[in-house]
Amino acid sequence: MPDTSFVTIPPERRRSTQLFRSAGVRFAALYALLFGASALALALFIWWATAGLLDRQTDAAIRADAQGLAERWDEGGVVALIATIKDRLAENVDDNAIYLLTDAALHPLAGNLSHWPASFGLDQDWDELPIERAGVHALARVHRFDVQGGFHLLVGRDVQVRAQLRTLLTDALLWAGGVVVVLGTAGALVVRGLFRHTLATVSLTAAAISAGDLTRRIALTGRGDEFDRLAETINDMLDRIARLMDGVREVSNAIAHDLRTPITRARTRLEDAATHARSDEDLRAAIERATVDLDGVVSVFQALLRIAEIEAGARRSAFAPFDLAPVLADLAELYAAAAEEAGMRLEVATPPTLPISGDRELIQQAVANLLDNAIKFSPAGGRILLSGEMGAIMRVTVTDEGPGIPEADRPRAAERFFRGEMARHTPGSGLGLSLVQAVALLHGGSLELSNAEPGLVAELRLAAT
Amino acid sequence: MRILVVEDDKDVAGFVVKGLREAGHVVEHAENGRDGLFLAASEAFDAIILDRMLPGGVDGLGLLQTLRAQDNTVPVLFLSAMAQVDDRVRGLKAGGDDYLTKPFAFSELLARVEALDRRRRGDGPTTKLVVADLELDLLSRAVRRAGQKIDLQPREFRLLEFLMRHAGQVVTRTMLLEGVWDYHFDPQTNVIDVHVSRLRQKVDKPFPAALIHTVRNAGYILRHDPA
Repeated sequence: MPDTSFVTIPPERRRSTQLFRSAGVRFAALYALLFGASALALALFIWWATAGLLDRQTDAAIRADAQGLAERWDEGGVVALIATIKDRLAENVDDNAIYLLTDAALHPLAGNLSHWPASFGLDQDWDELPIERAGVHALARVHRFDVQGGFHLLVGRDVQVRAQLRTLLTDALLWAGGVVVVLGTAGALVVRGLFRHTLATVSLTAAAISAGDLTRRIALTGRGDEFDRLAETINDMLDRIARLMDGVREVSNAIAHDLRTPITRARTRLEDAATHARSDEDLRAAIERATVDLDGVVSVFQALLRIAEIEAGARRSAFAPFDLAPVLADLAELYAAAAEEAGMRLEVATPPTLPISGDRELIQQAVANLLDNAIKFSPAGGRILLSGEMGAIMRVTVTDEGPGIPEADRPRAAERFFRGEMARHTPGSGLGLSLVQAVALLHGGSLELSNAEPGLVAELRLAAT
Repeated sequence: MRILVVEDDKDVAGFVVKGLREAGHVVEHAENGRDGLFLAASEAFDAIILDRMLPGGVDGLGLLQTLRAQDNTVPVLFLSAMAQVDDRVRGLKAGGDDYLTKPFAFSELLARVEALDRRRRGDGPTTKLVVADLELDLLSRAVRRAGQKIDLQPREFRLLEFLMRHAGQVVTRTMLLEGVWDYHFDPQTNVIDVHVSRLRQKVDKPFPAALIHTVRNAGYILRHDPA
């Protein structure tokens, strides 16, 4: 038994809703609808401007004619009217005027119709009816007037030509309607096709990326239109994702390599102690050393997470304006004692104030890392200079007299876990400069390393505002 | 001290409870947030060690907020694996007095918990700290030992003040870095040791008995050992 708790949609209904769930079909339908509506509006206008205009002109001519006849009646009675009708018929070059004057019994007195049209009742004012005139069948637009003395007057125009024109126009519009349907459908199909085609490239790329191929990008048409701009935005996003993924991969590899060593060491110590320790003291010492190793692993993890946190930009909420000068002075004071202990001199040079907007805690840690490095690598008797300088950007530099970083290593020095030849035998995780760089980037700046001959100039650049 | 440990991890809880009892404290343990809140609200403790992520529907932050809403001012130390800077800030904002991230060294936890003890720290403003023959006057910022004036740099003064305020308690390097310098990161160089050793040169060296002692694997303690 299928699960009856769900409402099942009949297949044909589902197909139709699925059909309209397609945006391509919706756009196509909308296109066809708009196209059809505009064609209809156009046809109505053409009708009004041609056939309708002729109709209105005919009616106006009949009215004017009748007006003239009425004036004649007023002047000379029925005799004058008859004479006028005759004159007018004689003058009618187009041979399209129709007059008929009858007495009360509908006997013709004057005009070019042989008798009162049978279908035209005496209660009607206007009509369009077939007439027979000089043996020719025609269509006439007629208007009836009652004249004093029981006379009836019929004024009209032969509209046979106009009727033919109207038929012609109707035919033409009907054909045009057919063409509209064909063109509308074709256009709709083209719109749907275009839509599907454009989306298909995006969709195919996205599918390929979902399947794991991060190198794929959406092809641009080069037209610089909205679709191109959308594609560019998506491609930019994909580039950023790819860079982040590379970073993650790099870091995972580095973690695998660099953390394996201390973990292996701790494990070996513990296992060795478990099997070979001869006294409680041996055991305790081994455990303590293993704990120190594990603490090292933990601190590497914490540094990595910190860097990741900074790179994710999550700390930007902690930005606030503060004065960097006393912060640098405090750091110098903290490290000066350690530097002196190691036989170095730590000097600080800053202007009285260095206003900046940023994350104070992170900048402190970044500068502390630079000072850590300087003390670690400088020889005894060396001088370390911490300076702050305010220009278009804020520059915090730490200059030491150590071995520096070889030109070839400099571009990679801020990579996670990178350790130069000189650093291989000093304690450290290879994450210090990575953090400094992450902090610099978070503050819209950079970390620049250069040679002080001898020594290293590490310049932390921060956007001033 | 009477301490409540709210921690769901059995190993961590067992380790902490055992360690605190060995250090001479009375310890209660709750395995989830609900029990923890019940105990904290119904009994008087000198300090609470609180995990952030707890089973039982009430997490550490919620527990603390409920306690604070009831005007319960018991000192609380968060012990959490949530190590991001914002996590720490959130914990302290919710009313926590200290924040220690996992994994941790027990000595660090013990030192920090003991530092929370308000009865030993004494309430109310003090103007003078005295340990044995060492006197520190907070108003005139003068330091004397055995009646002899000792000249200290401002930072050395604050370092000594911190040690004296926690006299008889172990103070770790991180606690000094946070309490005296207000830094929340681990410097790789042993900068703190150098500063403490300089302070010793002035405070201890000229006198027969040392007051500042190093505690192995933990930190420092300022204490008078009557010989």
